[in-house]
Amino acid sequence: MSDVPRFWRESNHRYRLVGTKCNNCGSTFFPPRDVCPKCRRESIGKMEELEFSGYGEVYSYTVVHDGLEPFKFQLPYILAMIKTDEGPLVTGQIVDADPSEVKIGSRVRVTLRRIREEGKTGIIQYGYKFILEK
Amino acid sequence: MRDVYIIGVGTTKFGELWDKSLRDLATEAGLKAITDAGIYSEDVNALYGANTSAGQFIDQEHIASLIADAAGLSELGIPSIRIEAGSASGGAALHEAYLAVASGKYDTVVVGGVEKMTDVPPEEANKIVGGSLDAEWETFFGVTEASLAAMIAKRLEYEGKMKREDYAHIPVVSHKHGSMNETSHFRNSIKLEDVLKASYVAQPLTIFDCAPLSDGASAIVISSNRQLINSSENPVKIVSSEISTDYLSLHDRTSIYSLNAFKRSSKKALESAKISKEKVDILELHDSYSIIGLLQLMELYGEKEAMNLVRNEELYWDKSRPTNTSGGLKAHGNPLGATGIYQAVEATLQLRGKAGQRQVKGAKYVLLHNMGGIGATSVSTVLGVE
Ligand SMILES: [Zn+2]
Repeated sequence: MSDVPRFWRESNHRYRLVGTKCNNCGSTFFPPRDVCPKCRRESIGKMEELEFSGYGEVYSYTVVHDGLEPFKFQLPYILAMIKTDEGPLVTGQIVDADPSEVKIGSRVRVTLRRIREEGKTGIIQYGYKFILEK
Repeated sequence: MRDVYIIGVGTTKFGELWDKSLRDLATEAGLKAITDAGIYSEDVNALYGANTSAGQFIDQEHIASLIADAAGLSELGIPSIRIEAGSASGGAALHEAYLAVASGKYDTVVVGGVEKMTDVPPEEANKIVGGSLDAEWETFFGVTEASLAAMIAKRLEYEGKMKREDYAHIPVVSHKHGSMNETSHFRNSIKLEDVLKASYVAQPLTIFDCAPLSDGASAIVISSNRQLINSSENPVKIVSSEISTDYLSLHDRTSIYSLNAFKRSSKKALESAKISKEKVDILELHDSYSIIGLLQLMELYGEKEAMNLVRNEELYWDKSRPTNTSGGLKAHGNPLGATGIYQAVEATLQLRGKAGQRQVKGAKYVLLHNMGGIGATSVSTVLGVE
């Protein structure tokens, strides 16, 4: 499967943590949404892009030992749900850390990293990961 | 809406069935169901087939036509439709078939579910199972179903709502029941220490917290035809069937441990059945992961009561709240498309009084819950005998 257009389409959001804000109710979203699930039709034409600060704290985490095919060379890896300072939860890996250093509540910031290599095409895909704020 | 009854059930054994293809499995289950119903293929007006990912597991789409063909129905040319809703495909197919018969469009329908998962290596299978999650914002970053379940567990422990031993109890119960069911993927009993000490899938979850990858097929015959119902032994009524959905990604939900789709669908199913949850004699829950099984009990009974049920070991077939008497997804197996249909097979056996060793005495109502992914789709079904 060639994923070139598919991953290019999302690259801006994945590289810079760009979500959306509903200017009808003020809710912020990441990943970006075309429609606000609270305002629905009222939000049409009122959704605008919002770049997140990239800071947040660990809401929950795990160490993955049995993973998906494209990630098998990264095992075991730390995966976390990050409560961003803007509000929404974001799911991603925590890198450059030992699992024993990660706690619920630890401060983190976003970093751009290589996520995985696409099997047949060999294309390297990039996106956000998180590092601990020391 | 007309009354609809289950008049026949059939299932294959679940497990790693390397000598059987998808079409072998589907045909075996379907023919067992119509034989059990005492009917002929000519009596069947339509076929509803549940399958989650045959396109990825065995490079085969167009499953509806394939299973009608394999079951020898091609000359009859009856309608055959595939339903996909992730791992809730079985429950969703049952729901659609129920509506079709209740509405009067069809009198008698076969609903089958099938999945052939062990033809690909396990890491490939995990990726396909992850197809029920959000490909762009979860799995792209290395998320697996197990990792989401693990993060829910970690958060709940952090908030002091439960201990590791509480959810580790769920697979212990499922294995006990599975040991008494001859079609189970696993027939061994396990202890709490086995769950805690097994190798990690995603910390804190071990392989014993997670349902296996299984092959298997199950089928039921449902009907509103009075003659067929009266001539069948112990017909079981589909009392209600409700579906609800939630945000696809776990991180988008109002809370990562509120199974809102299950909350809504089970509430509606009990309301339309006009029974209280105390009237439910048996629960068949979607224990794809131990913690997810416990969350369902928390949604139904509240936090305190759910913990009491687990800590007082009340979930066994001979106790106050029999749960997953089949062996659940954990021990009976989880061939995605077949899973929700097998829940109805188990409930029918129980309500007929034909569940053998694991029979719950005098069971009148069973609540089934079949879930897609980690709760983005929930199908709640009430089956009963009056
Ligand atoms: Zn809004």
